[in-house]
Amino acid sequence: MANCKYEWPAAGDRRLIGKSISRIDGPAKSSGRAKYSLDINLPGMLFAKSVNCPYAHVRIKSIDTSAAEKMPGVKAVRVIMGVGKEVQWAGDQVAAVSAVSEEIAEDAARAVKVEYEQLPFLVNEADFDKDKTAGRTRQAAELKVGDPDKAFSDPDVVTHEGHYGIPVITHCCLEPHGHVTEWMGPQSLRTFSSTQGVSAMPAQFAEALNIPANNVQTICRYIGGGFGSKFQMDAWGLASAQMAKDAGKPVKYLLERAEELETAGCRPSGFARVKVGAKKDGTLVAWESDCWGTGGPTPSGVLPIPYVLDIPNRIRRHTFILANIGPARAWRAPNHPQAALLTMTPIDDLAAKLNMDPLQLLMKNADLASEGRGKVYREELQKVAEMSEWSKYWHPRGDKTPGHIKRGLGVSIHTWGGRGHAGNCLVTIQPDGSVTAELGSQDLGTGTRTVIAIVAAETLGLPVEAIRVKIGDSHYPFDGPSGGSTTVGGVSASTRRAAVDARDQLFAAVAPGLGVPADQLEAVDGKIQAKGDASKSLTWKQACRKLGVKTVQAHGKNPGQCMLGSSGVGGAMVADVSVDTETGLVKINRMAVAQDCGLIIDMKTAESQCYGAMIMGICYSLFEEKIMDNITGRMLNPNMEFYKLAGIGDIGELKVHMMTGPGYDERGVIGLGEPPVISPGAAISNAVANAIGVRVPTLPVTPEKVLAALAKGGMA
Amino acid sequence: MERFEYANPTSRKEAISLLAAEWGQTEVLAGGTDLVSCMKDFACTPKRVVSLKRISDLRGIRSSGKELRIGSMTTIRELLEDQHVKQGYPALIQSAEYIRSEQLRNMGTIGGELLQRPRCWYFRLGYGLLAQYNGKSLVPDGDNRYHAILGNSGPAYFVSPSMMAPILIAMGAQVRLEGPGGAREITVEKLYRTPAQPDEREHTLHPNEILTEIIVPRQEGARSAVYEVRQKEALDWPLTAAAVVLKMNGDTVSHARVVLGHVAPVPWPSPEAEQTLEGKTVSEDVAEAAGKAAVSKATPLSMNGYKVQLARVAVKRAIMQAAQGGA
Ligand SMILES: Cc1cc2nc3c(=O)[nH]c(=O)nc-3n(C[C@H](O)[C@H](O)[C@H](O)COP(=O)(O)OP(=O)(O)OC[C@H]3O[C@@H](n4cnc5c(N)ncnc54)[C@H](O)[C@@H]3O)c2cc1C
Repeated sequence: MANCKYEWPAAGDRRLIGKSISRIDGPAKSSGRAKYSLDINLPGMLFAKSVNCPYAHVRIKSIDTSAAEKMPGVKAVRVIMGVGKEVQWAGDQVAAVSAVSEEIAEDAARAVKVEYEQLPFLVNEADFDKDKTAGRTRQAAELKVGDPDKAFSDPDVVTHEGHYGIPVITHCCLEPHGHVTEWMGPQSLRTFSSTQGVSAMPAQFAEALNIPANNVQTICRYIGGGFGSKFQMDAWGLASAQMAKDAGKPVKYLLERAEELETAGCRPSGFARVKVGAKKDGTLVAWESDCWGTGGPTPSGVLPIPYVLDIPNRIRRHTFILANIGPARAWRAPNHPQAALLTMTPIDDLAAKLNMDPLQLLMKNADLASEGRGKVYREELQKVAEMSEWSKYWHPRGDKTPGHIKRGLGVSIHTWGGRGHAGNCLVTIQPDGSVTAELGSQDLGTGTRTVIAIVAAETLGLPVEAIRVKIGDSHYPFDGPSGGSTTVGGVSASTRRAAVDARDQLFAAVAPGLGVPADQLEAVDGKIQAKGDASKSLTWKQACRKLGVKTVQAHGKNPGQCMLGSSGVGGAMVADVSVDTETGLVKINRMAVAQDCGLIIDMKTAESQCYGAMIMGICYSLFEEKIMDNITGRMLNPNMEFYKLAGIGDIGELKVHMMTGPGYDERGVIGLGEPPVISPGAAISNAVANAIGVRVPTLPVTPEKVLAALAKGGMA
Repeated sequence: MERFEYANPTSRKEAISLLAAEWGQTEVLAGGTDLVSCMKDFACTPKRVVSLKRISDLRGIRSSGKELRIGSMTTIRELLEDQHVKQGYPALIQSAEYIRSEQLRNMGTIGGELLQRPRCWYFRLGYGLLAQYNGKSLVPDGDNRYHAILGNSGPAYFVSPSMMAPILIAMGAQVRLEGPGGAREITVEKLYRTPAQPDEREHTLHPNEILTEIIVPRQEGARSAVYEVRQKEALDWPLTAAAVVLKMNGDTVSHARVVLGHVAPVPWPSPEAEQTLEGKTVSEDVAEAAGKAAVSKATPLSMNGYKVQLARVAVKRAIMQAAQGGA
């Protein structure tokens, strides 16, 4: 839409947009001044602890809280799961207590007596044991396109069949889930919530507590990780507010590490038997998959396979296994990392069978990507091949160099939507020249604050530091939750619209004095001046002073006028690994990604998203697994010793290239939080196969599994 | 954790007098990096915790011509920075360097390292050291991927967690234990045992004894090395580990000590590997043969067969490193 007044500045006119700008809350975070919900301590505050169910599947027969209630220092006790309720996973909160100290609360929680009736449970689904899963499966609708049977039976089609999988993992947020709640009056509540949805939280509390939503204020200035698992108030949030009311004191209720891992979210697993076929030249023609996985006791999402590439003849079946492993919650790019693994690894195996370079095979089939994005994928594959020195280090399957260290490269591609969410921004310019941008948004660590400041500063011709960004409070104008990589698109657009309107109001106020029509003014370099005539100008401060006693306020909305963003991004990733064939240890040498996300507001925080995503991807590819015990039904590694996450020494060299310029920038702002976390699993698995000549079929790629794969074939 | 009384004595004698004569009543606190997490998990529930932090003569490293004496309250950090240890006992440094956490190095002590409790997840979840559930061990039919492959005929299946014990045993070190009846010195090897009853511990320290000193004989002409197979570079537990000390006569091994870690409920000396080495010139093949010998009696459980291979490789690589000059 040409000449729409809100549109993004042309490439030559961007002073800040697209530059590498350090996050504005970096100093507060690195110095410890930033206060997370976990850091909030209010006068007289009580501490809440949970009574956790130690069994995977039980019915509650009785609960006796009397001993806990009598303990000195205990101020409130609430039953969360009453008599007769079914507990569906170990660790779940049955009741909670609040006391004057954490220690007393813990003692009191242990004094609550609960009797359980044991029910049968299932906590491991990888082997799809027919006996154990009987009555615990649900079938998703089958997807069928074209004629896969016919395509597979074509004598010119080469097929590969295999078994692949990715287990249940958790979010393992460094700051656990939870809230500090405080009643400000009989009908009015304030919550300090560790949440991805500041604006959406009051309605949840209000409904549960039967108070007006406008009487609830939620604050979350900083959050220590959410990854999709922190949208809800949750049972502990409600219990916190109820106990705060009962006791007449603020209550802090954030989960313990073990509860965080056991009860605050699972990424559903995905296992599949896959058959994929291509012509001898590598053209993909047919796909068949039987997939199963669990996301807890209720069905979760169907994995979108085949992924990215819409192979013309395809059929997919999906079985949900209902297991007592914890609640499924969105995990950064829900369903996509699983789908990427289940698609890109069999395709890689097929490429090996065809004696083809898998990167070339993806290039060749890139036009199977929807929305005509094939060209973008080819550019990204090209770029990531250069970054990873693919032509130098890639080799046909199995590193033939002597010795027990084998090196290999693997590739994967991914896609995501990322359209900006609905939201509002209020920009205020005071007569003294100070500027604020207010949004009921939140910065998940992705750089939201910084992006808002950049957009406002760019629009008003000011430096980034001149903008005071106020987010993380539901008293600010409503903004959407941060999920689905929708935040950057949403806040950039609403801020742009608000800032343009505020700027135009300021132009109108100063135009008469300058003797220039308002539409002939521009805001650049801290000045308001006639376009192309610096002799007619006012400094920002002088201009604002002309406002007299009025302030300028403008409200920007998304969606709204002008195309400021769109949807649909892609990326290509290469992993470069070394595998020790004697120990099965996999070491990451290098990861490289070429990623597009439309117009980039802050190059530095965009690249940071990719670095972080690759690190998170390395974690789930090599280490992470929610290990469940078949006998006790409990999670065996609800701690950070055996729920393993990578350290600095485990991540190798990370390389990021953001696709920019013509073809990308004019698409406007699109989200990036999730896409780069999708491909690591497939890329790393493929790199390992390339190194050792044999597939390790499931993640995480542990020494145990590498040795098992080598024992079956390969090059030990 | 359970409520407990905290005692902060200033002398060994006083500390010993505060300790109960049976297990479960009292626990010794050194750096607390392990004890406190055990208490938080209710894996141990002492009524009294006796801190050794104010007993100043338990801390420090002394070196004489014939031995090294390390006070049990010496921190891992102090050990890592000690010149005598660096020069005369580099493999000790190597083993301590595997503790990849600045906090653990600053707080953790060598006494605590030797006496830290097993990491078996059933133990830490509250099923006891022998992982009992309905009168039976959870380990054989449960998730035993990190459990013992040697000395695992039951009822104990956990692995000894100490990383310094194997190299200290290989070096022929002793520990000094002091109790109400006086002091005794035993080899580090004798400090450990496999419990047969739920109320037994995995070491031979008496409940009212404290470990005061570790005495390491001078490693004249010895070549030594430690090798850990670990999944992560960052803080992590080894999957298997091996410590090797070789005494050489020219090019041939005159005396060998090979001790495995994280494979059995105790640090696991391997006479089989030692015999394979003695009288030989170390080569890749000889080291390989010793690795094979070390696991020849392994009896892996349902999920930890891979550890047999890892133990074999750890032994082989430790031998090769030692032979090539050592740590
Ligand atoms: C998360 C985590 C990861 C770890 N990773 C590794 C690793 O990778 N490699 C590794 O080698 N170690 C590792 N450790 C273990 C670490 O080395 C030990 O926790 C530490 O050395 C214990 O020392 P401490 O002084 O803190 O012991 P404490 O916790 O104070 O004591 C441990 C035990 O020893 C007893 N004790 C201690 N000193 C004496 C004494 N003088 N006399 C009698 N009894 C005594 C205590 O009663 C207690 O039972 C890890 C620990 C943690 C918590």
